[in-house]
Amino acid sequence: MAQMTMIQAITDALRTELRNDPDVLVFGEDVGLNGGVFRATEGLQTEFGEDRVFDTPLAESGIGGLAVGLSLQGFRPVPEIQFFGFVYEVMDSISGQAARLRYRTGGKFNAPITFRSPFGGGVHTPDMHADSLEGLMAQQPGVKVVIPSTPYDAKGLLISSIRDNDPVIFLEHMKLYRSFRQEVPEEAYTIPLGKAEVKREGTDVSIITYGAMVHESLKAAEELEKEGFSAEVIDLRTVSPIDIETIVASVEKTGRAIVVQEAQKQAGIAANVVAEINDRVILSLEAPVLRVAAPDTVFAFPQAEAAWLPNYKDVIETAKKVLTF
Amino acid sequence: MVSKTQNAKFDAKKTLEVVEEQFQTLQILNEAGEVINEAAMPDLSDEQLQELMRRMVYSRILDQRSISLNRQGRLGFYAPTAGQEASQLASQFALEKEDFILPGYRDVPQIIWHGLPLYQAFLWSRGHLEGGQIPDGVNIAIPQIIIGAQYVQTAGVALGMKKRGAKSVAITYTGDGGTSQGDFYEGMNFAGAYKAPAIFIAQNNRFAISTPVEKQSAAKTLAQKAVAAGIPGIQVDGMDALAVYAATRDARERAINGEGPTFIETLTYRYGPHTMAGDDPTRYRTADLDNEWEKKDPLVRFRKFLEKKGLWTEEKENEVIEQAKEDIKEAIKKADAAPKQKVTDLMSIMYEEMPQNLKEQYEIYKEKESK
Repeated sequence: MAQMTMIQAITDALRTELRNDPDVLVFGEDVGLNGGVFRATEGLQTEFGEDRVFDTPLAESGIGGLAVGLSLQGFRPVPEIQFFGFVYEVMDSISGQAARLRYRTGGKFNAPITFRSPFGGGVHTPDMHADSLEGLMAQQPGVKVVIPSTPYDAKGLLISSIRDNDPVIFLEHMKLYRSFRQEVPEEAYTIPLGKAEVKREGTDVSIITYGAMVHESLKAAEELEKEGFSAEVIDLRTVSPIDIETIVASVEKTGRAIVVQEAQKQAGIAANVVAEINDRVILSLEAPVLRVAAPDTVFAFPQAEAAWLPNYKDVIETAKKVLTF
Repeated sequence: MVSKTQNAKFDAKKTLEVVEEQFQTLQILNEAGEVINEAAMPDLSDEQLQELMRRMVYSRILDQRSISLNRQGRLGFYAPTAGQEASQLASQFALEKEDFILPGYRDVPQIIWHGLPLYQAFLWSRGHLEGGQIPDGVNIAIPQIIIGAQYVQTAGVALGMKKRGAKSVAITYTGDGGTSQGDFYEGMNFAGAYKAPAIFIAQNNRFAISTPVEKQSAAKTLAQKAVAAGIPGIQVDGMDALAVYAATRDARERAINGEGPTFIETLTYRYGPHTMAGDDPTRYRTADLDNEWEKKDPLVRFRKFLEKKGLWTEEKENEVIEQAKEDIKEAIKKADAAPKQKVTDLMSIMYEEMPQNLKEQYEIYKEKESK
């Protein structure tokens, strides 16, 4: 097995699927010769040719429309939206078109598109690059929204996303691209969409999270351990649909839960998780379910970014509120 | 290579005027049904000419019946088509079965003639999911509601055909208002950059709901918008079936020969309201303008042309009208027999496999529906 960063695992997944299925096409702004602005598609055009891996004109709506049109011809498109803040330019193609193709045609057609895109704070990008917009996408029936937190998960989830016959938004946290390496099998493997993973087992409180916040939560869990609290950390991995079964099993065990997201409090997945817990296991709760999230401003200017983004200290503080309720 | 201007006063206005002068309207049949442009005459047999007339008459009747069915509450969303028959049907007539149509919501006649059963068009209008279940081998998309979205998708369908090595084209339709959308340009620009086999049509019926084309753009013609995408653009008399056919056939040939996309502006007019949902054209159009355009009527003109050639009679026309009425009656009957639409049906067509949240909700609605 090779040690890979998340970006290498993503490239590896793309290569695996380009080899596996001749209908897989990878395209977007600068993904060809340049290998993408983060090098996610490094070497793929050389290996698979310009017919399979190609640059597009600089227009996100056009990229989305191209993907929908290619699906109508039986292809399995994997377009890249260069930064997810640019998604507003392609919202119609995703939410208005791809998400509804199966529905609109009474199940006759489908759009097996995987929209890959980097997002996430902590890397001092200009405006409209770092926003966590997964909550926005999760509100659209017809798409699935996937956010990996590790290189291993990234490869398995991306392969599953590409093979899925419905549109998937696959969001890659920029801070995780090269932050650490992990053993990643060289062969193809899949991780089911819609399935969370318990990244750390515990008995006192459930910390439900995803993306970069998985790592802040794991760090918080370690600190809490030193103080005698056993925290369970659940990585949702797919934020739409969410894995209610895993959440419910954990909360029934711990009786306490917090939900951690990098997105603003008003913008998120967390509210949905809290609502699902209330719907299903409220009588198992020893304390209210609290949220850790960024404040409800537009994504922070880089000078305030570090203070704006939630971190492990916020997770500890909120977990303690619940633990000592 | 772009040549540089030397020793000449720079005239920015001239650069535009030179472009605009290029865009003359292609007409083959004048209003009297006379061929005024023999050189551009398309190669159509007598049978083909008759078939094209048959389709235009049929679609005019379909439009009249659809309006009345809508008024009776027996049809849902409907965008009238009378006046646009040449623009719609002569362009579709230039296609082959393997070509793929991406229509706007007024372009239902084209997809019917491309193979969508009439009862399904009615079900689509009523908002029944079976309306969208396009039969195998019928190469169409469901009419697009978002103005311009079909243009960017057309680039994708066309690129897909090119990748498959298919000798076919993707064709799409929008209106004059649609040419103001960003997607209009993005679609043509993508298809141009990839030399994809696409035909982009803008049916310029002069009004986007109520907004006149003069308020859509400073461009003198819509056809010239193709220049910016680097693809051929042509303006045709959209009330002249032969001109529309010739331009589309020509575009198709270039496309399948690997020469890339073409943009066609058809000058036409919709006699009716924008849709049957309360639009009142008298608020934004004068009777004079309506009369002026009705004189250009595509059926009248083509009928005169065919009658002179001895290819059309009143008897023939009545046969088509009766046939259309009969088909419509049958299609409505078939549409009426479609199963009652259930919420659980909608749930089952969201994804290949229902996710947990829908599965739970499915059970709840199944229970409700069983009562």
